[in-house]
Amino acid sequence: MVSLNYYIILSAILFTIGALGVLIRRNALIIFMSVELMLNAANLAFVAFSSAIQSLSGQLFVFFVIAVAAAEVAVGLGLIVEIFKAKRSIDVDQMSSLKG
Amino acid sequence: MTLDLIFFLILALIAVATALGMLLSRNAIYSALFLVLNFVTVAVFYLLLGAPFIAMAQITVYAGAIMVLFLFVIMLLGAENLPEGEVLRWQRPLAGLLAVALAVEATFIFVTRARPAGEVAPPDAAMNTMTSIRDLANVLFNQYLLPFEVTSVLLLVAMIGVIVLIRKERRVFE
Repeated sequence: MVSLNYYIILSAILFTIGALGVLIRRNALIIFMSVELMLNAANLAFVAFSSAIQSLSGQLFVFFVIAVAAAEVAVGLGLIVEIFKAKRSIDVDQMSSLKG
Repeated sequence: MTLDLIFFLILALIAVATALGMLLSRNAIYSALFLVLNFVTVAVFYLLLGAPFIAMAQITVYAGAIMVLFLFVIMLLGAENLPEGEVLRWQRPLAGLLAVALAVEATFIFVTRARPAGEVAPPDAAMNTMTSIRDLANVLFNQYLLPFEVTSVLLLVAMIGVIVLIRKERRVFE
């Protein structure tokens, strides 16, 4: 038997690493990967709670989160490709002008 | 210390180490590969929690489709490495401090307040079979039918959005 708390603590640690990645990295792709890591940490908490209370709803929410993440990645990577075409860089510090 | 707990701790160590590897790699391709390993580890956690369908969806959609898309874009742009040099010097230590505060606070609140039940039972052999997937489908197509349909619209909108975004503008000279 593994305590539910361990799963929740692991989820919190993974979420924090993702948030830290968004804050300290300047490569737009890495920032985007960190966002995926945060979504994943939330999914882990969902499944852990769902398993603890013996309900399937949590697993279905994870299913929907995965579908939304797939859509988000497609749009986000399309935006990054467009930004790279305009600026020749994906450094977020370079994206400081209002009119591209 | 039970076998379950030892297994959990080893997997948790791998998950945190790969997440940190993703965060700290200089090269974006290494970051993406670390993240694939992290997603696979989380999929094993889902199996441990008795969610086989979600585990397989995690591997096919996250580790398969999404990360292949990431690797494809990294290689398309040739943007593995960015030049060094900081714009805001104080930003990095401040971010570290805030992240530690977030972790402590989130853990504290989760552990002390939002606790429905103490233990997660290890999945028995019957849990990782077709029966659990059938139960999941029952709930999905009865209770959550509308969100499921809305998801398909969302995917269609995302697809059309990306096509419009990437399409070259046709200039008409007359």
